[in-house]
Amino acid sequence: MRRAILTAIPVLILTIILQTSIASRVMLLSGNADLVLLVVVAWGLQERASGAWIWGIAASLLVGLVSGVPWYIYLIGYLSVVGLARLLVHHIWQAPLLVMFAVTLIGTLELLILMFIHRTLLEIPLALSEVFFQIFLPTILLNLLLAIPVHALIRDLANRLYPEKEAV
Amino acid sequence: MKSSSPRSLQTVVIVLVAIGLVVLALGGYFNPVTNWLTRITVNAQTWVSGRYMAIVDFLTVPRDVASLRQNNAQLEADVARLQTQVIDLQQQVTETNILSALVDFARANPEYSYKAAAVIGRDPSPFLRYVIINVGSNEGVLPGMPVVTDKGLVGRVDAVISEAARIQLVTDAASAINIRMQASNTEAMLVGSITGDLSLDMIPQDANVQVGDVVLTSGLGGNYPANLLVGQVVSVRKLQSELFQQAAIQPNVDYNRLQYVLVISNFKPVDIAPLIGTPGP
Repeated sequence: MRRAILTAIPVLILTIILQTSIASRVMLLSGNADLVLLVVVAWGLQERASGAWIWGIAASLLVGLVSGVPWYIYLIGYLSVVGLARLLVHHIWQAPLLVMFAVTLIGTLELLILMFIHRTLLEIPLALSEVFFQIFLPTILLNLLLAIPVHALIRDLANRLYPEKEAV
Repeated sequence: MKSSSPRSLQTVVIVLVAIGLVVLALGGYFNPVTNWLTRITVNAQTWVSGRYMAIVDFLTVPRDVASLRQNNAQLEADVARLQTQVIDLQQQVTETNILSALVDFARANPEYSYKAAAVIGRDPSPFLRYVIINVGSNEGVLPGMPVVTDKGLVGRVDAVISEAARIQLVTDAASAINIRMQASNTEAMLVGSITGDLSLDMIPQDANVQVGDVVLTSGLGGNYPANLLVGQVVSVRKLQSELFQQAAIQPNVDYNRLQYVLVISNFKPVDIAPLIGTPGP
């Protein structure tokens, strides 16, 4: 558990730096990739890695510090994708990339819907069709494109931190 | 005596022939022959010299290739270093130009005091048009302070920590700013959108809004100082069935390429919320 926390903080801070300084500036229409979500999903899919829930909580608190979106939106979003990842990884474990794609798709949609609801509750006028075509579709596309490299990086990190024990 | 006479005659003949040849040569009568001989000689020398140099090259090539490779590597390293220097210098020139423009703006508007800041990031959420700057409360930056560049209004400080601040851009969908159009002195509301486009709302139907009208902040509402440049009207939509006209705005600032901004640190935003109150019974 301690190792999970000690790993989560630097990795997530680095991810947030990359997110705010690069990924958020690379926009497709009005959407951009969510590297933090991808990292949280990818870590949640590592069977041997522990502390996925801690990663979700830490990520939501750290992103909440930076973003104008309240931290609890990220908390709900990230914890639910961790839960979904942990649930699916035990059922479709032979195809981790497939699970990565599925959780990324569902997680991105969920987080964007939560943000949309939050903005709507603040009485900010948003046209649903515009939001769908300008934000939802490009963001999902970018996240799916980045899902494979992020999954590979996080899998390597998890393998280094939690090496497979050889059978005696 | 007998034997010396034919030898003398022979000498005289040779001298005369030699003098004749010299005279003919000086007269230019041998030029074709000398040219031909010279050409043959030069060609022969060129051929011999070429073969010699080829042999010398052949014998010394291995040593020269190693030397050339070393020189080439050195030159490539020099080129790479110089290219890096050029990029650094170009970056410095760009930054200097931007900062110089900001200084000019600050000099032209001496009524305000400014804190210069670099834009270091954008909000992770695609729903928000916020940027993050590298000055915070340690530099005296407070929430609500307006942010500008030399080209015009950027937004206002939304949140602050000790070393950084988050700026809500005027293009954010939640942003609403009171403005006036310089030509007609008409007041309206500038609103952002999720696409980053700016538009004007609440323009009275009887207002004469023209394409190209300059849009400035009006100062109403107390959130922004008056007369900060925003942009120009690019199109007007006027329908008799609607209460207000609408207009699209071309902003003066490129909000996607913000590098440096100025925070107006001596402007105190006014909170008019308590004055608005709730509707009575």
